[in-house]
Amino acid sequence: METLEKPALTQEEQFQARIDADVRIEPKDWMPDAYRKTLIRQISQHAHSELVGMLPEGNWITRAPSLKRKSILLSKVQDEAGHGLYLYSAAETLGASRDQMLADLHSGKAKYSSIFNYPTLSWADMGCVGWLVDGAAILNQVPLCRTSYGPYARAMVRVCKEESFHQRQGFEVMQTLCEGAPAQKEMAQEALNRWWWPTLMMFGPKDSESPNTEQSMKWRIKRFTNDELRQKFVDMMVPQAEFLGLTVPDPALKWNEERKAYDFGEVNWEEFWQVVKGNGLCNADRLQARVQAHEEGAWVREAANAHAAKRKAREGVGA
Amino acid sequence: MNQSEWPLWEVFIRSKQGLDHKHVGSLHAADATMAIQNARDVYTRRLEGVSIWVVESTHIHASNPDDAEAFFDPAADKVYRHPTFYDVPDSIKHM
Repeated sequence: METLEKPALTQEEQFQARIDADVRIEPKDWMPDAYRKTLIRQISQHAHSELVGMLPEGNWITRAPSLKRKSILLSKVQDEAGHGLYLYSAAETLGASRDQMLADLHSGKAKYSSIFNYPTLSWADMGCVGWLVDGAAILNQVPLCRTSYGPYARAMVRVCKEESFHQRQGFEVMQTLCEGAPAQKEMAQEALNRWWWPTLMMFGPKDSESPNTEQSMKWRIKRFTNDELRQKFVDMMVPQAEFLGLTVPDPALKWNEERKAYDFGEVNWEEFWQVVKGNGLCNADRLQARVQAHEEGAWVREAANAHAAKRKAREGVGA
Repeated sequence: MNQSEWPLWEVFIRSKQGLDHKHVGSLHAADATMAIQNARDVYTRRLEGVSIWVVESTHIHASNPDDAEAFFDPAADKVYRHPTFYDVPDSIKHM
């Protein structure tokens, strides 16, 4: 006798079917171990990047050129701390522990965005960090608002809402410098020269050398490949640089009428991998500053715990 | 090893007077007072809220997603609970 019943789907197939139907995955839902691991790695790296990302800008808070710029920079750095916290709590819904994630960052086991291992040498670097680095971050982050894991997507919605101010204030810093004295414009150009290529590296290795991309796209954790986003970024930024009257430091950069996109030169991948491996200009400084802040805050964490325990005990007696 | 980790709290924010509190995320804090202060700094930097609730995450009990189908099933076949189930003659007004 013929039966109409389809063979039962495995748990993994059911999971993929939900992903394909664009149903969000929530913390208590069944998920493949590899999906969970990939997400914990990606979300915690993202959170670490926000924390470490405060350091290059923190460098300029006390030396911002005006009270207005100082207030803006403080707000931006505070947002970054907030973004880190949204993301850590998203990772915790997958079973990762906050202490363990921080321990992995501090031991050098966990990675964070390599861009923050470059130094911020002049005030114009604050402009470039906002305009270019946050611009690149936005391109990465906007598609993540639709990523398949619910808590990550919701955290990214929050982040994206706040990130747009970061980019605009950076552009404004650049514009002010470019409209200023020749020396100020030169400072802006120098900063662009230093930040352009590292920013292109932020999108990660070439698709052909990014082994995780295919699976991440299948799980809809990622929605675009590294190369697609890099191209988008170049196409978006070149006209903005032209508006500022700045020259993008890439002799191979050329509009391709056929592709309706810019052709651009090859990223220095040797440098990229060196920085990823920990040999960038500031890797050691950044980690040292993180570890120091964490260790010097230990007594505060302990004191708050002791205070809470004492209060609990007192309330217990009173009841 | 986890001794230093502060407990986890879930944060709920009322965005505007008259609306209900909505879950926005979580954070670590040593006690409720600190959780509310941290929630203000983490989740309301741009006037996103006029009121905050925090509750320790261990106190939240949730339905089991694996049972969701059977659990919510009783409501699935009761279309007569919706007003659109009923035909109202065109001449009848205010219904």
